[in-house]
Amino acid sequence: MVDLKRGAAIVGINEHITRYSPDKSELQIQGESVIKALEDAGLTKNDVEGLFTASSSIRNSGLNLADYLNMYPKYVDNTTVGGGSFEFHLSHALTAIAAGRINCAVITYSSLARSGGVSVGTGGVARFGHPRLDPSPDSFEELYGLTTVGLYAMIAQRHMHLYGTTSEQLAQVAVSTRKHASMNPEALFRTPITVEDVVNARVISSPLHLLDCCVITDGGGAVVVASPELARSCKQNPVWVLGVGEALAHQGAGKRDLIEIAAKQSTTPAFAMAGVTHKDIDMAMIYDSFTITVIETLEDLGFCKKGEGGDFVSGGRIEIGGELPINTDGGGLSSNHPGMRGIFLLLEATRQLRHQFEGTPRQVPNCNIALCHGTGGALGSRHSGGTVILGRD
Amino acid sequence: MPEWNKPLPSVVGETKPYWDSCKRGDLVIQKCDDCDEYQFYPRGICSNCWSNNIQWIKSTGKGTVWTYTVTYQNRTHGFAQDVPYVLALVELDEGVKMFTNIVECEPSSVQIGMSVEVTFIQANNQISVPYFRPA
Repeated sequence: MVDLKRGAAIVGINEHITRYSPDKSELQIQGESVIKALEDAGLTKNDVEGLFTASSSIRNSGLNLADYLNMYPKYVDNTTVGGGSFEFHLSHALTAIAAGRINCAVITYSSLARSGGVSVGTGGVARFGHPRLDPSPDSFEELYGLTTVGLYAMIAQRHMHLYGTTSEQLAQVAVSTRKHASMNPEALFRTPITVEDVVNARVISSPLHLLDCCVITDGGGAVVVASPELARSCKQNPVWVLGVGEALAHQGAGKRDLIEIAAKQSTTPAFAMAGVTHKDIDMAMIYDSFTITVIETLEDLGFCKKGEGGDFVSGGRIEIGGELPINTDGGGLSSNHPGMRGIFLLLEATRQLRHQFEGTPRQVPNCNIALCHGTGGALGSRHSGGTVILGRD
Repeated sequence: MPEWNKPLPSVVGETKPYWDSCKRGDLVIQKCDDCDEYQFYPRGICSNCWSNNIQWIKSTGKGTVWTYTVTYQNRTHGFAQDVPYVLALVELDEGVKMFTNIVECEPSSVQIGMSVEVTFIQANNQISVPYFRPA
């Protein structure tokens, strides 16, 4: 296989500052993000050859986005596998750039889940926007009242049963993430919380409490990816793509044990391509739709043994200054979660690798290599996992 | 028959035998004649070996709770009024897991590993929905 390591770099980023924008369209938020990300890179509209986007609300998302931006990309990718879609996009952009098809790609996303009043986690079948169930798999599932929270809660319940994981250990993920959010002026929730706050909050779907669940916001962002040659001419120091891995997990015709998630499949190729080990990872952005998502992902990525995730997240290990700081922007649990959060993992990892917060408590010290893992869909039924390893020069 | 206010399944050729059996009070699953694997949900092909030599087999209708959650919030009409209810994955004796609700018991009494058996609730003249209750 072609060696893809360092075959492309992130050269421009923008996280839209909004958490609530009832007066904007989703396409406007994407447009504003793309413009600022290109400014950040020192590139222009005419440099962009590839357009990558995913949406659960914009029909034919790439086509309508190209129209809105009045662009004619020669490479388009709308891969939509839930919240982790953007890790897949970076993987695909790397491949397209390394193959010489394009020199520059933009990945972008937006959603108005909050101002639209979308019940992302508890809307049940209404989350699909239509009452009729598809013959399969919906007709064998949705008539039992599935919710997104419930599908993660079922895996949390099983994890507790098998490994003795406690509600307090799950809560620790939310507490550490909130601590990081307190350092992010743009985070939705910034007031520190305690383990007691989490376990005393109302139960949404047992064993998950309100504060085990991500927030719902509006938001968006953009990432500019460039070939090594183009990257060297950009304004910012390049953040290299060192390794990528993609995987899907589903019920395997009713026989897969979904306590093992897609991260187990995507981690090995990503580390092999990057040629690094877990000890080399200075910080990680772990998709945190729910606290259980983080524990399951850390285990199956290989940062600890299966069943030991509850211990791993305790004692400050996942906080800045700890062994593996994660979700240093405050994550989906406290900063923002417009429905598909994967793009924000790439944005914060890039900021940390640029040492953008140098001299402040938010900077991970000596941050040279970061890992992002996006999860999309639901752990309890079917989901995607995209692993990306990034590094600075 | 009380008015059904939950979503209803859509029935097509590959799934009609399942729903027809439910109407008769039988839970059926599929087994491949070529590779001997069971599968759930029903399909027009064997998802393991991609053969179309699949048979409908009457399940024992018995199994255990593989995992569950007590749902306290669901904004969908038909479920919003039903909380708290138990959403579960039941592993049938034949080895395949299926989504269901555990009914006819207190939600707080449900445990992983507990024995359950199928029961049906008639939604309308065409559809009966399989649920599970403590066995």
